[in-house]
Amino acid sequence: MIEAVGLTKRYGDKTAVYNLSFQVRPGSVTGFLGPNGSGKSTTMRMILGLDNPTAGHVTIGGYPYRKLPNAPRQVGALLDAKAVHGGRAARNHLVSLAQLSGIPARRVDEVLGVVGLQDVAGKRSKGFSLGMGQRLGIAAALLGDPQVLLFDEPVNGLDPEGILWVRNLMKSLAAEGRTVFVSSHLMSEMALTADHLIVIGRGQLLADMSVKDFIAANSAGFARVRTPDTEPQLREKLAGALTEAGGHVLPEQDGALRVTGLPLPRISDIAHDTDVRLWELSPHQASLEEAYMRMTQGAVDYRSTTDQKAGLQQQLPPGAQPPMPVPGQGQPGWYAPPPPQQGGQPFAAPQGQPGPYGGPGAPAAAPAADAPNPYAQQTPQAPQAPAQPPAAPAPSAPAALTKPEDAR
Amino acid sequence: MAATQVVRSEWTKIRSVASTVWTLSLAVVVTIALGMLISGLSAHEFDNMSERDRLSFDPTFISFAGMSLGQLALIVFGVLVVSNEYSTGMIRTSLAAVPKRGTFLASKVAVATGLALVVGVATSFVTFFLGQAMLGDHRAEIGDPGVLRAVLGGGLYMALIAMFSMGVAAMLRSPMLSLGILMPFFFLVSNILGNVSATEKIGRYLPDQAGSRIMQVVTPIDDDKPYGPWGGLGIMVLWVVAALLGGYLTLKKRDA
Repeated sequence: MIEAVGLTKRYGDKTAVYNLSFQVRPGSVTGFLGPNGSGKSTTMRMILGLDNPTAGHVTIGGYPYRKLPNAPRQVGALLDAKAVHGGRAARNHLVSLAQLSGIPARRVDEVLGVVGLQDVAGKRSKGFSLGMGQRLGIAAALLGDPQVLLFDEPVNGLDPEGILWVRNLMKSLAAEGRTVFVSSHLMSEMALTADHLIVIGRGQLLADMSVKDFIAANSAGFARVRTPDTEPQLREKLAGALTEAGGHVLPEQDGALRVTGLPLPRISDIAHDTDVRLWELSPHQASLEEAYMRMTQGAVDYRSTTDQKAGLQQQLPPGAQPPMPVPGQGQPGWYAPPPPQQGGQPFAAPQGQPGPYGGPGAPAAAPAADAPNPYAQQTPQAPQAPAQPPAAPAPSAPAALTKPEDAR
Repeated sequence: MAATQVVRSEWTKIRSVASTVWTLSLAVVVTIALGMLISGLSAHEFDNMSERDRLSFDPTFISFAGMSLGQLALIVFGVLVVSNEYSTGMIRTSLAAVPKRGTFLASKVAVATGLALVVGVATSFVTFFLGQAMLGDHRAEIGDPGVLRAVLGGGLYMALIAMFSMGVAAMLRSPMLSLGILMPFFFLVSNILGNVSATEKIGRYLPDQAGSRIMQVVTPIDDDKPYGPWGGLGIMVLWVVAALLGGYLTLKKRDA
């Protein structure tokens, strides 16, 4: 059990972590999410007593880490895969850690086998790939057979087989009743691995709930409606009718409509009443990634901007389509529909804004998975005026997109 | 967690990196080779020396002439033992495993100093005997008054230099910064301060100037140093204690 109470860390006038309180319970995998620079690693370091909190405290099993009796047998941690002396052989690295708590050398060979590094045990770790470094770090964490395990980005650099292995390892460790605390950027990975989530942004707690609740609370499902491509006027007609009925309609890149606020049978009924044939009517559950993006979009410190290539841009050959901006790049709010309970402002996505290359207006882009080829589109979509939310003014210049009003 | 466990772990760490072998063997080779060279040259020059220089002729101290360069290798050894932890990031793994930072630093310094002492004393004896062999008729014997003290003191001096470097490295953390300060200081600055008459009185209290007094058997005629061999070594020990204390406080207070 890890317990943080009012944890705060300041570096000079920069606050890395502010008033963070949470508990990590034994018996489940707790995911620790947050954008780059949100204070995940700082929090991990404070848990391990490496950094001193400016205020508040964090304990493991009731003890501050520095007071923990025989810490290596109670807590195992992987903080940084490259936090080893590159000139030291992998086995010697683990032996030196094992000797600290009287762990026999036999155990070192055991964990080397567990992480699959037995063949390179005598090799210097500077020749290791990132994935091998991660395996060595995981071996070090497992060494003392600890009850509490912390992993900072454990799947970075691992191959698919390694990722699957780590996923099963975390789950089995938790199933044995241990406390497992894992930070990651890979939402899809967390969705498969974690039972519980702690989300921070700018050093503050954003959410502390189960994965299921998190998705439900932060993102609603939506319906995808597709009308015959051959008759664009039908789509206009249906969009109008759906909006009138209280739904929120967002056009997708490939001409489909994304509808929230109406149950699927109702959409079908409306289509029937307005004499619009449907090619597709499918339910979609928002992913953890979308829910996460929605939650943290105001708390992202480092956001990429659209690459303008000013002065580098070659004149396009006549007749060529200017490339569409990559979905998500420099565009806050392109991802998930909001939870319905927030009411009334479904789409923060800017619509019909001028493209950054002076090209045709780019409709709000669908997630990349839904738009396999954004460049293939030949006819720009007309913006769906009725769906334009009044409270979410679309920023007009790409430069302004890099700094949403709540970003600083 | 018993301190002996931490000491064993530190021993595993120190013997499993190549830099230990390189720096220590460089110290041995440089000290012995340069000592032999200077001893041989001095024996050759003895007949041309003035009466005054002949009276101050100290065969023991001359055989330790290589120490001025050999100590630089020991400085590198001391700095790397500590700052490698920081430059590689290993310090986080180490401190996560040994939350008591005082125990961690003390064990590390103890292991590295023990190693430096063994190597230092061995080097000191070899240097003495080979240097005296080069000096021929002008040699000193190990049984002469003060000679054994000087030879053992040479080993102590090498260990203390390494300890001092560890303390400085624990304060500065970066190997580049530590070496960038220590190397020029001991190679140039200290010598200049100790030989320019205006700064001589301060320079003689610097760790290497004071500490190397232990290796002198014959006191130079115009010597006005206010301390003897052991007094000089005591001054050096004070420097070492100050450096290690600074290193300990830095480690305890700062984030890793």
